[in-house]
Amino acid sequence: MCSEKQKNRDTVAELLHGLRNKAFITGSEAVAEAVKRANVDMAIAYPITPQSESMHLVGELFAKGYIRDYYRAENEFAVMAAVHGAALGGGRVFTATSGPGTLRAMEMFPVWAGARQPIVCAFMCRGVSLPPSIQPENIEMGMLLDTGMLMLHAENGQDFFDMILQAYLIAEQPDVHLPVGVFADGFFVTHTREEMLLPPEDCCLPPYDPGFAPVPVFDMETPPMRITRDPLLNKSNFISGSANASWHQEVLAAAERARKHIAHFMGGLLEVENPGAKIFIAASGTAVSQSREALRMMQAEGMDAGLIKIKSIRPFPASELSKALEAADLVVVPEFNAGGWLAREIRASIDRNHRVIGAPRVFGGMTMPPWLIVEEVKKALGAGQNRGGC
Amino acid sequence: MSKKIITPVASLAHILPEDYRDLVDRGPHGKSVGIKDLGSFKEITEEHPHCAGCGVSLGVRLALAALPAPEDTLVVGTPGCSFFALSQTALNYSNTAFGNQNSVASGLKRMLSIRYPDKDKDVVVMAGDGGIADIGLDMTLHSWFRGEKISTIMLDNEVYGNTGGQESGMSPEGQVLHMAPKGKNFKKIPVFEMARTAGCVYGAKVTIASPKRLGMAVNRAILLARELGPTYIQIYTPCPTNMKFSPADTLRIAKEAGRAHYAFEEFMTEEAAGRIAAMEGGQEVQED
Repeated sequence: MCSEKQKNRDTVAELLHGLRNKAFITGSEAVAEAVKRANVDMAIAYPITPQSESMHLVGELFAKGYIRDYYRAENEFAVMAAVHGAALGGGRVFTATSGPGTLRAMEMFPVWAGARQPIVCAFMCRGVSLPPSIQPENIEMGMLLDTGMLMLHAENGQDFFDMILQAYLIAEQPDVHLPVGVFADGFFVTHTREEMLLPPEDCCLPPYDPGFAPVPVFDMETPPMRITRDPLLNKSNFISGSANASWHQEVLAAAERARKHIAHFMGGLLEVENPGAKIFIAASGTAVSQSREALRMMQAEGMDAGLIKIKSIRPFPASELSKALEAADLVVVPEFNAGGWLAREIRASIDRNHRVIGAPRVFGGMTMPPWLIVEEVKKALGAGQNRGGC
Repeated sequence: MSKKIITPVASLAHILPEDYRDLVDRGPHGKSVGIKDLGSFKEITEEHPHCAGCGVSLGVRLALAALPAPEDTLVVGTPGCSFFALSQTALNYSNTAFGNQNSVASGLKRMLSIRYPDKDKDVVVMAGDGGIADIGLDMTLHSWFRGEKISTIMLDNEVYGNTGGQESGMSPEGQVLHMAPKGKNFKKIPVFEMARTAGCVYGAKVTIASPKRLGMAVNRAILLARELGPTYIQIYTPCPTNMKFSPADTLRIAKEAGRAHYAFEEFMTEEAAGRIAAMEGGQEVQED
């Protein structure tokens, strides 16, 4: 449906930089709007709150002819396996899940990366059991950090829309060719309506061309035929161990090569507001929106504060952070999870990492009012004064 | 796949391995060869590291020799003994996470139907009893419920062979095995009967001691799956290493099973029976 309408157009430039129209829609609707323009061959769905609505809408796109095949599978592991099979066959695929679904499907994510598949999966993050919670929480991101997939974290519905399209562009680069997870905090993004800017409906990504894949397509049309498609190295000897290790290294290297494409398509792995400030809040996802409000409150009190929005979690902008925080005395990292994975990442990336305060952390359905962030900043400054500088 | 794709230019042919050149010159691609012709053509299976007397390796060899179109066949497997031979085969073979094979095959078949709407791409699941009947049973059954046009072939050695001889759901009741130190206390999972109920249009139960029937069943299953829907074959592939019999006795054990709990059996829908009659002209297949 897409490709027929857009001959002789640079649709990538149009999608990213062209004229856009206003729409007042939810994050779930934004997912469908992105998929509508992504020229997806096949999508596979399994319901889970808060993801379900987006995949209903993707199903409607299939019924209208925007997607060539779509079905509801039996569980998330089966979905991620079937999406892997479909990607093996050389087409563009999409799926989405949430919290417990992510964990149930976990075994397949390193398979996607190891098989070098440019699958795009949306994660509408939520709590995982026990205790059971369907509330917004992004602990699942901490569990996915080392699966080999690239990870982008959306602040709001507009980001969610843009990042899904950007994800395909980055994932399908021949020197990357890795899966991309696009993450949004469930409910806050999926179930709330906001004004977004969308490119015209008849403007879609060009079709995926498996001929540019760095690994042979699994269709019995692409030699060599005598291959094990996946890096099966089951024998315990030095050669197979080394071959396995070098394959892993190449997956990691491909993720590193994604940095320049993230910079090109997304304008960088992070955004800095008020560079040079002494106090920084560093956050990703909806914690960024809460931090913007906290920043406004702090600046109103005359504090020299700035904000870092981290958009790419994998690859992680370690050197950018290190540079942006060079002159900072304090870095407060608010998170929607109990584990504090973002604070850990930042601590591992910068020097003098006692400057990093991993708080506030909210989870299990708690909200993150901006004053909570401001309080953590003040508490840390007070503690810093007591011990003679922070 | 056109044979041109694998045919090297004459000036470079000499640098390719002998088995590759052999495959191009004497392989089964585009020819009507099968199990009865074994020994007269280059098989798509290569050397493999299976144990002496392995039933699974013979099952794989026979099933692959019976493929109606190896040049357009893609095999999806699962970790286990079967991957040793299958990964050294001249067709696209994939196995990833244990038990996911029928889901992977579902996605693959559908995508190949999108990309090659005018060509039959045969997607065949070939995996062991643990992968199909235990850890992957839900995905096996759901692919059948959905009517996916794929063939599922179980290489049933009635044990987890690759991990060292543990009880599988397909092990016979009473059998003492690792993880069943007092003997298995429930019956063999009736996957064959479940296949019929779950929507397979054709099913066959056969042992490696009946190569002609095995070849017929594989051929029928794959051709019927192209048009009508899911098909299932359950091949008895006894394991001397874990069942502790002499490697020289594999075929005898398989023959005995064929007279007992593994007697040849088929089911088919009426529509499938009609197609088979049209394809084969009513010829009966008998073992010598």
